[in-house]
Amino acid sequence: MDMKVEKKKLNLKDKYKLLTRDLGWEPSYRSKDEIYPYVKYEGLKVHDWDKWEDPFRLTMDAYWKYQAEKERKFYAIIDAHTQNNGHLNITDARYLTALKIFLQAISPGEYAAHKGFARAGREFAGVGTQVACQMQAIDELRHAQTQIHAMSNYNRYYNGFHAFADARDRIWYTSVARSFFDDSMSAGPFEFMIAIGFSFEYVLTNLLFVPFMSGAAYNGDMATVTFGFSAQSDEARHMTLGLECIKFMLEQDPDNLPIVQAWIDKWFWRGFRVLGLVSTMMDYMLPKRVMSWREAWEIYGVENGGALFRDLARYGIRPPKGWDDAEKAIDHMSHQLMLGLYQWSFGTAFHSWIPSDEDMDWLSAKYPATFDKHYRPRWNHIKKLAAAGTPYKNFGLAKLCQCCQLPIVFTEPDDPTMLCNRETTYKGEKYHFCSDGCQDVFEHEPEKYIQAWLPMPALFQDQQGDIGAWMDWVSLKDGTDNGDYAGSEDQRNFQQWRGLATSNQ
Amino acid sequence: MPVTAIREYVGVPRDPAANFHGKQLVYVSWDRHLLFAAPFLICLPPETPFRELVEGPLKALMSPDPDAAAVDWSRVEWLKSNQPWTPDFDASLAANGIGHKDQLRLRTPGPNSLSPAA
Ligand SMILES: [Fe+2]
Ligand SMILES: [Fe+2]
Ligand SMILES: [Zn+2]
Repeated sequence: MDMKVEKKKLNLKDKYKLLTRDLGWEPSYRSKDEIYPYVKYEGLKVHDWDKWEDPFRLTMDAYWKYQAEKERKFYAIIDAHTQNNGHLNITDARYLTALKIFLQAISPGEYAAHKGFARAGREFAGVGTQVACQMQAIDELRHAQTQIHAMSNYNRYYNGFHAFADARDRIWYTSVARSFFDDSMSAGPFEFMIAIGFSFEYVLTNLLFVPFMSGAAYNGDMATVTFGFSAQSDEARHMTLGLECIKFMLEQDPDNLPIVQAWIDKWFWRGFRVLGLVSTMMDYMLPKRVMSWREAWEIYGVENGGALFRDLARYGIRPPKGWDDAEKAIDHMSHQLMLGLYQWSFGTAFHSWIPSDEDMDWLSAKYPATFDKHYRPRWNHIKKLAAAGTPYKNFGLAKLCQCCQLPIVFTEPDDPTMLCNRETTYKGEKYHFCSDGCQDVFEHEPEKYIQAWLPMPALFQDQQGDIGAWMDWVSLKDGTDNGDYAGSEDQRNFQQWRGLATSNQ
Repeated sequence: MPVTAIREYVGVPRDPAANFHGKQLVYVSWDRHLLFAAPFLICLPPETPFRELVEGPLKALMSPDPDAAAVDWSRVEWLKSNQPWTPDFDASLAANGIGHKDQLRLRTPGPNSLSPAA
C-alpha cells in the first residue's frame, strides 16, 4: 500500500476504520459460505456483521506498542524476583500448592483460549469481530507464556512444577479444566464465544483470577502478582468482547435467544464445576486467606452476576438454569472436593494437608451452618488416622463425571448427606454424572461426550491399574511431588532456606 | 440431534468393556458414609464371585470408616443403578447382572459415627 509520508497523523476514528473495518473486502470469485463454512451450522442468524461494535477501537499498531511496554515492565520485575530470592518472601511453601494447580490446570487453559480465539478470528465473517478475536488470541498466548515464566523460578527450588505439561495432558484433576476448554474448542465459533468470551471471561473470571491474584498478593508472591497486573488491562478488553458478543447475537435475530440461553445454561454449569478447584484454594490452600469461597461467591456471583442477568433480561435472557443448585452447593463444595484431594494426594503433583485446628476454626466461622456439622468430624477422623501412623489414602480412586470429569464428590442439592448419583444409558453404554447440570449437558449432545477421556478409567485401560506405571507416565515423582505437605521436601527446604535468609544460623 | 455438527457425526465411546483387558468397572459407594469422597472404582473380571468383590477390595476400601467393622453384611440393603436389588454372594458379577460401569450402593442400618446426629 502506498502511504504518503508527509500525511498528517490520522485521528483515532479514521485510523480504526482503516486498520480494522477497511481490511475486509467483498469476495468476488468465492462465495461467503465457502470462505466462512462454520458460521451457520449452529443455527445462529446474523443479518449485519457491521453491527458488531468494538468499544476499545484498538488497532494492531497501537496494540503492539502497548503490549510491548507491559512486557518490558513484567520481565524487569520477574528478573528482580529471581535475583532477589523472591521465592523466600512467600508466607509459607504450602502456598505453592495453589500455584501448582494454577500452572497445571489454568495456564494451559490460557493456551487453549489462544487457539480457540485464533480459530474464531478466522471463522467469523465480520472484520471487526475477526480483529478483536485475533488480538485476544495473542493476549491469551502471552498470558500462558508470562504465567509459565512467572512461575518458572519456583521450579528451581520446589517440586511439582517440573512436568506441568505432562500433568496438563495426563493427570486426573487437570482434565476438569482441559475438558472445559476442549469442549468449547470443538464447538462452533458462536458457542465458543459464549463459552469463553462470555461465560468464562465475563461471568466467571472474577471468581477465578481475582482470588488467585489476591491470594498471591496476600501470600507474598510478587511474581504472580506482576503477571496479574500485566494481564488486567487485557481482561478488561476480553470482558467487553464477551459482553459485546452476546448482545450482538441477541440483537441480530429473535430466533437466536433459545440457542444462546441453552449455551449460557451449559457454560455456566461447566464453569461452575471448574471453580470447584478454586473454592478449595480459597478455603484450604492459602496460608493467609483472602476471603472464603462463600464470600467471593456473594460478591462476584450473587451481586455482579445478578446485576448482569438483570441487565440481560431485556433480551429475554434468564439466569442460568443451574443457578439455584450452585447456590445450594456453595457452603459444601470446597470441603467435599478438598476431602477428595487429600485422600487421593498420592496421585497429585501438589501437596495437601489436614487443616490445623486454627484452620478448622476459621472454616467453621466462615461456614457456620455446614463445617462443624458435616466436615469437621471427617477431618478429625482423618487426623486420628494420621496420628495412628495410618494416614488415609483412598486407593479406591473415584467414579468421575462424564461431563465435568470431576470425581463425583458432590451431594444432592437438598441433602448434604447423600452423594448425587446420576446415570444414563446411551447406545448400550452406561454414563455417570455429578449433577443434573452435567447430565443435561450430556443429554443434549451425547455423541460428543461419550468420547470423553476420563483419566481414572484410562488408568485401568492403559496401565492396567498399575499406579506406579501411571506415575511414571504422568511424570509424577512419588514421595517428592505428591502426598502430605507435612514431612515433604518442599516443607524442609523452605524452612531451611528461609532460616538461612532470616537468621544467623 | 445428538451433536451439533456440520454433517452426520458419530462418536466412538471411550470406555467400552472391550478396552479393559477382560475386566470390567464396578462403582461402589456406601450411602451416607462420606469419609469416602466419591464412589470407589473397582476393576475386576466379570467372572469374579460377588463375595470376592465384597471380601476383597470393598472391605479393604471401607475399612478406614470407624463403622466398617460393625457392618452386618446379612442386613445390608443394596441398590443397583439406584434401584433396590439383592445380590447372590456366590454368583459371579455377570450372573448377578452387574454390567460394566454399573453403580452399586449399600445402605447399612447400623451406626454412622462421622455423620451429624439426625
Ligand atoms: Fe487470559
Ligand atoms: Fe482473557
Ligand atoms: Zn459433572
